[in-house]
Amino acid sequence: MRLLFILLSFLMPLAAEPEVEMDMDEYLYGHVRDSYEWHITTVKGKPVSIPLPVIVISKTGGGVHIFSSKHLEEGEYQGFSIATSGKYENKIVEKGPDGAEIRPWDFSITKNVLGLMINSALLLFIVLGTARWYRKHDATEEAPAGGAGIMEMMVTMVEDDIIKDCVGEDYKRYSPYLLTAFFFIFINNLMGIVPFFPGGANITGNIAVTLVLALFTFFTVNLFGNKHYWKEILWPDVPTWLKVPLPLMPAIEIIGMFTKPFSLMVRLFANILAGHFMILGVIAVIFLTAKMGAAVNGGLTVVAVVLGVFMDCLELLVAFIQAYVFTMLSAVFIGLSRPKAETD
Amino acid sequence: MSLITPDFGLLVWMTLIFGIVFFVLAKWGFPMITDSVQKRADRINESIKKAKEAEESLRNLASEQDAIVEQARKEQARILKEAASSRDALIEQAKVQAKDEAAKIIEQARTQIAAEKESALRDVRKEVAMLSVAVAEKVLRKDLETDAGRDELLGRMVDEL
Repeated sequence: MRLLFILLSFLMPLAAEPEVEMDMDEYLYGHVRDSYEWHITTVKGKPVSIPLPVIVISKTGGGVHIFSSKHLEEGEYQGFSIATSGKYENKIVEKGPDGAEIRPWDFSITKNVLGLMINSALLLFIVLGTARWYRKHDATEEAPAGGAGIMEMMVTMVEDDIIKDCVGEDYKRYSPYLLTAFFFIFINNLMGIVPFFPGGANITGNIAVTLVLALFTFFTVNLFGNKHYWKEILWPDVPTWLKVPLPLMPAIEIIGMFTKPFSLMVRLFANILAGHFMILGVIAVIFLTAKMGAAVNGGLTVVAVVLGVFMDCLELLVAFIQAYVFTMLSAVFIGLSRPKAETD
Repeated sequence: MSLITPDFGLLVWMTLIFGIVFFVLAKWGFPMITDSVQKRADRINESIKKAKEAEESLRNLASEQDAIVEQARKEQARILKEAASSRDALIEQAKVQAKDEAAKIIEQARTQIAAEKESALRDVRKEVAMLSVAVAEKVLRKDLETDAGRDELLGRMVDEL
């Protein structure tokens, strides 16, 4: 009860501030989309953010431009500006000769790219640190404790439970890729839940990131598939009229080749994005009820905080499950691409 | 909507970053860990197998030991028996030898006694002869003291010749 009063009194000034209509769309999408700067917080109406380098190659012959994203806050800079509406909303555009907005080649270090870099550096540090332990110790004589012990447990779990079971015989060849995929997704999911810098970038909830991951799996599956795999796609064991003259089954199989990684891409993207939306929605309750008076706002704040804690715990679970599922399905697809000759 | 259209720049960066992470981890990261864990698992399996073998050989050793003890016991019994029989034989032999020796000694004693007796008898005889001679001398001397006696004797001697 006392805690509630403290919370209420803490929130009083917030509730008493002049009414500002909350832009729900901007709030939700602003938190999950990529941006040219890393927005940290807003103090007294002024945004506090880390400006990031913008790297664009003009399509109208302007060459390569590299500048800080803080120049874009005031509007146009070197002929580039952030579109406020239309097809390229929130993206850097340049003006074509006819005045139309043209999207240049945009290789900017955006929030997601920086997040990827930070998380990847963290991942490299963790995994190489663990590998270093094995280089310095005789692993046949002792088992690691602490961080290296946790990593060993997780690596062993992924390899024993997912990779060995799903890939089959020559799992050793694929285990580095699948382990990398698992830990890459897992660490990015976890860092996405951390609400402040250097976390908070919605990386695995970005379709471009999951597309690349799915493409890696696609190529791993199809480049190393054996001849039985290709036979099952192009000449499956079905009644001949399903294959000639209309290649019905081969067509379905070929579509299946692409739907498998597509499902991987969408599953990871949608799950993580939905998780972010849910947490943001729960927190938004606090601000949406701000003008309904201290009592309502205070009560709902408590509810929102409790729900937020619950959602965060759920997201921790989802972060693990989605990394697990992506790795497991990739392993299953790899396993399917290496069937043995059918004996019957 | 921009949420479901992949951004080309991010695609490129993601491919690059994930590629680098994958390359580095596949070369220096995960194989090191998985191989070490595999090695340790192999070693543990090996150790368990060896322990089982040691246990097995220990059990064999125990039975072998029992066999050795059994054999030693048999040997001991055999040796004891042999010793007893050889002792008996030795005693028997000693008895026989002692009997022989005793017989020999008795025989010797007997012959010695006989010889002693013989020599004693001879001495007695000699003594008796001496005594007879002495008596005869005395008798003769008495007889010869008289002439008649001397004549008679001479006569008898002549007769006897």
